[in-house]
Amino acid sequence: MARAMWKGVIRFGDQRVPVKLYAATEDRTVRFRLLHRKDQAPVTQAMVNPNDDRVVAYEDVRRAYVTSDRDLVVLDDDELASLEPEASRDIEILQLLPPAAIDHRWYQRPYYLGPDGSDAGYAAFARALADSGREALVRWVMRKKEYLGALRLEAGYLMLMSLRYADEVVSAEELDAPSGPKLNDKELDMARQLVEMLTDEFDPEQYSDQYRARVEELIETKARGGTVRRKPPARRPATADLTAALEASLKQERKRA
Amino acid sequence: MPERNDEPPRGARGFWSGTISFGLVSVPVSLFTATRTSGPSLRMIDPDGTPLRRVYFCSSEQVPLEADDIVRGYEIEKERFVLIEDEELEAIAPEKSQEIALERFVDVDAIDPIYFERAYFLAPGRGGARPYRLLAEVMERCGRAGIATFVMRGKEYLVAIISERGLLRAETLRFHDELRRPKDVGLPALEEPDDGRVKKMKRALEKLEADTLDREALRDSRAARLEALVERKLASGSGVISAPEDAEPSERESAEIIDLMQVLKQSLAERGSRGEKRSNGEKPPSAEKPRSAEKKRPKKAAKAPRAARRSDARREDDLAAAPKSELYERAKRLDIPGRSGMSKEQLIDAIRSAS
Repeated sequence: MARAMWKGVIRFGDQRVPVKLYAATEDRTVRFRLLHRKDQAPVTQAMVNPNDDRVVAYEDVRRAYVTSDRDLVVLDDDELASLEPEASRDIEILQLLPPAAIDHRWYQRPYYLGPDGSDAGYAAFARALADSGREALVRWVMRKKEYLGALRLEAGYLMLMSLRYADEVVSAEELDAPSGPKLNDKELDMARQLVEMLTDEFDPEQYSDQYRARVEELIETKARGGTVRRKPPARRPATADLTAALEASLKQERKRA
Repeated sequence: MPERNDEPPRGARGFWSGTISFGLVSVPVSLFTATRTSGPSLRMIDPDGTPLRRVYFCSSEQVPLEADDIVRGYEIEKERFVLIEDEELEAIAPEKSQEIALERFVDVDAIDPIYFERAYFLAPGRGGARPYRLLAEVMERCGRAGIATFVMRGKEYLVAIISERGLLRAETLRFHDELRRPKDVGLPALEEPDDGRVKKMKRALEKLEADTLDREALRDSRAARLEALVERKLASGSGVISAPEDAEPSERESAEIIDLMQVLKQSLAERGSRGEKRSNGEKPPSAEKPRSAEKKRPKKAAKAPRAARRSDARREDDLAAAPKSELYERAKRLDIPGRSGMSKEQLIDAIRSAS
């Protein structure tokens, strides 16, 4: 049984459902330390006054907001504390929305919610949410931080997806797409054929991280004092003759099929 | 996933340059992060109001370090490390470090959103504008996403390339084994719920039904509280220190977005290169080199002051791609008067005429 990260209560109307929160992801990346190359001592960070290069002790560091006129507004500890949300155990349901109303680009990190104590309320809520065919927009405060989330079902259990704030996501509308002369119809048609030939089901289980194992091998080889290749790979230039490349690609795919 | 904290302080965050391929067609691209920090960030200052810099130190010698002095290490036993260079991490997966090979396309809607991790925008690299537009157009028309795996900054990613409004976006996806199943977490088998209770809950839920998301709810309330507090303090004048030399405004980090706009603009301007008809007789402007420019630039000027000094050697063409903070640093070193009130364009002009 995984350890719960947090305990809370889902609230809506006069209903309350006590839950425990668990991480739904596992970080499997190989982790490194940052070292000083010369003596292999770990690297630390410190705040330095750039005028005299003196280190300022952490307890003497203050925080300030810098205005567009570059004036500093110094904030003391009480003022910083006043910015924190009020502590609470509530996971408040704000809205019950159709499935696609919360764009997946706001999704940040998934958590599972499991029952806390009796699972009767949890099971009833999971059923009610499943029958609605909707996703709940929720708000909660965890470790002095306010979160928004999408509450949904995953394999019959409650999954809480934390969300990014609206202004954390850069939308395509803010950017101009590359433009240029009209694309060639024949090339468009060949590219479409190629995409269709390569189209299949999405099968996430088909993909795995092969690189991690190679990083582990690299570490072992170097630990034994072995040498490894360091040649940087060559870059491929852009395709200049699109028609020819598309024709050859289609031919190749047809042969493979 | 949290930001990796074992990244050496070099290169911009979320940056990757390489090639997207489908069939035998190659499109050089650069990735720019499509997410940014919400709200203003606070600056660390000393008790006299001097803005401070974060500096890396060697824990045994207590000397400040430059980016080149820092290397990744893997602890094989207590305090015994194997040093791993960036080039070695690239060389163990030479193809995947360079190429996103789209060997499979899927229905965009077929990807369960729980897999989505982080989004990047793609800008076409040199000569890549036409194949980029072709791929974007066809994928959007067919409603398809391209799937591949590739290696970025020492980690392999599963990625979906999605086309929207003529722009290609890379969404990194979690690998299947990075997502826990309910049984991995140890969630208990659920009992059949009581009908009466389910009904009561349904009635309470129905009252909250809405068709569209309340965008107000997605606003960062801490940022709003911070801004209100700052307004109050500015009005009263308490705790306000007027403009010290090297303060940078608490704007959100938007340097990468500005960079992306720049790269997109330049990729349009150079659309004539190689095999494409030029719409006018002009030579394409000197092409940007986003990768080398990014490499020279320290992650944050504040983190590696000496590395920033080295970037004085940066070619003039790269000035436009530099964040304002770095331009300001350079203006300061060149002792350009009035620099604190200058816009980005004014800084570039002043640096060009002074150097």
